[in-house]
Amino acid sequence: MVVKYLGDTSEGDFPLIEIPYFLNKVHVGWPSPADDYVERPIDLNEHLIKNTAATYFVRVSGDSMIDACIGDGAILIVDRSIEPQHKSIVVAAINGSYACKRLLMRPKVCLASENPKYPPIFIGENEELEIAGVVIAAINTY
Amino acid sequence: MTYALVDCNSFYASCERVFRPDLKDTPIVVLSNNDGCVVALSKEAKNIGIKMCEPWFKIKNSFANKGGVAFSSNYELYADISARVMQTLEHLAPRIEIYSIDEAFLDLSGVDFCTDLDQFGHECQEKVKRWTGMPVRVGIGPTKTLAKAASYGAKKYTATQGVVDLSKQERQRKLMSIMPVEEIWGVGSRLKAHLNRMGITTALDLADTDTKLIRRRFSIVLERTVMELKGYPCIGLEEHPSTKKEIVVSRTFGKKVTTLESINEAVSDYAARASEKLRREKQYCKVVSVFARTNPFRLQDQQYSNILSCKLSSPTNDTRDILHATKMLSRRVYKKGYNFIKAGVMLSDFYDKDVYQSDFFIPNSRRPKSERLMKTIDKINATGESKITFAAQGIKKPWSMQRHFQSPKYTTNWNDLLVVK
Repeated sequence: MVVKYLGDTSEGDFPLIEIPYFLNKVHVGWPSPADDYVERPIDLNEHLIKNTAATYFVRVSGDSMIDACIGDGAILIVDRSIEPQHKSIVVAAINGSYACKRLLMRPKVCLASENPKYPPIFIGENEELEIAGVVIAAINTY
Repeated sequence: MTYALVDCNSFYASCERVFRPDLKDTPIVVLSNNDGCVVALSKEAKNIGIKMCEPWFKIKNSFANKGGVAFSSNYELYADISARVMQTLEHLAPRIEIYSIDEAFLDLSGVDFCTDLDQFGHECQEKVKRWTGMPVRVGIGPTKTLAKAASYGAKKYTATQGVVDLSKQERQRKLMSIMPVEEIWGVGSRLKAHLNRMGITTALDLADTDTKLIRRRFSIVLERTVMELKGYPCIGLEEHPSTKKEIVVSRTFGKKVTTLESINEAVSDYAARASEKLRREKQYCKVVSVFARTNPFRLQDQQYSNILSCKLSSPTNDTRDILHATKMLSRRVYKKGYNFIKAGVMLSDFYDKDVYQSDFFIPNSRRPKSERLMKTIDKINATGESKITFAAQGIKKPWSMQRHFQSPKYTTNWNDLLVVK
């Protein structure tokens, strides 16, 4: 080996460089026997929502649907992609604002409340009934 | 090949209608940031003479007298409804390209020989309307450029009921003969003058021009457009959006800003937003830039505009690191005595989590537990805007945007849900 003399060094010429020193412990041992059985926790969205593109949440104000177990402040899950049927609970436009009612097709088309305090709203033959979706679940918090 | 272009009708204005059945036939305008001018309008607003880009203060009184309703832009709502429309379209076609917030191309190969295309268009309209509340029009053609032209026809002529199928050549030629050349996708007003001088005024004139001549006089890009008008597909579907190369967050201030403290606060606020977006992209950035400028429309003001960047020692997506950099930069970008109107933050030079080769001579500067902390902050903030903020972002934010007429964020904020009786 040939060594070439380059001159003396002193600390002033070479600033100190911090060199990281890796000293992580490596864990060796048996993996947990439960590892194979890890599952995702239960997700309510998965249970309640079938069609994410068409599903909205709305909040209820008032007691007009109380007999259908929809209380004041409940959050409704509304799916717009479901075709409303006789007796579906729907969100429909009444006088320019959306309301939650039960849709009855027979004997006459009407939007009924689930509270004897409120009379049903009949839809005339030439009136347009705008339904913004079918209520598929109600979340009441206590 | 068969392509469909699905395009939302007056997208922003239609979004404002989804939760407001009372606005069905009302003229609607959507205003730009700080409620400056009209950026979107409904058909009804167009019919009473409102135009795009009109300053709000000019039309304010007459618009209200005619029963119109104005909204500040509500991008949270628009982005959510856009995502729902795109998701619905994915149920209708095997491959889609999201072209913009309110348009998507659908690849109908496979669909075209088992369904009537005109009928498919109407089904598509019906499904999107029912699932999302959004009215759309559908243009169908053998190339993307012709599908775009079909969509133009569907918008222009109400007799089409919003669906135009240009799969047959005679229909293509009929529409193109009454379509001004500048309306073609990729032509625009800049090329119009040049083409008109060559005697090309309609789309059909351009379609019948020799492609070699176009290539010689213009570019290969316009040649491709002509090929597509002739019915030869040249532009394919781009399904996967390329990963972002930079993230910019910038806003116009609600009022002019003159102090370093306010600039600092605003820039820190944008930096926090940008970092959040960066983490959503699962990227780490190495270059941070800050820019600020005065209002070029205030001729009486001294003008100034500047952008400064810095390179970090290792890639990060920790808000604290980015704030540290933007703070240093905004101090240097700021100049005393100017009226600032806009500032912004840009993040660039992105790395994936494990790709970055760390420098042996620079100690790992990643903060301990950074990832978990950021994840926790993002999770908390996801439940409602800005629950946890950094002190640098300010509290009162007097510089922030004015949005006086914003509708509720019906689909992205628990506190803004639609209330039904």
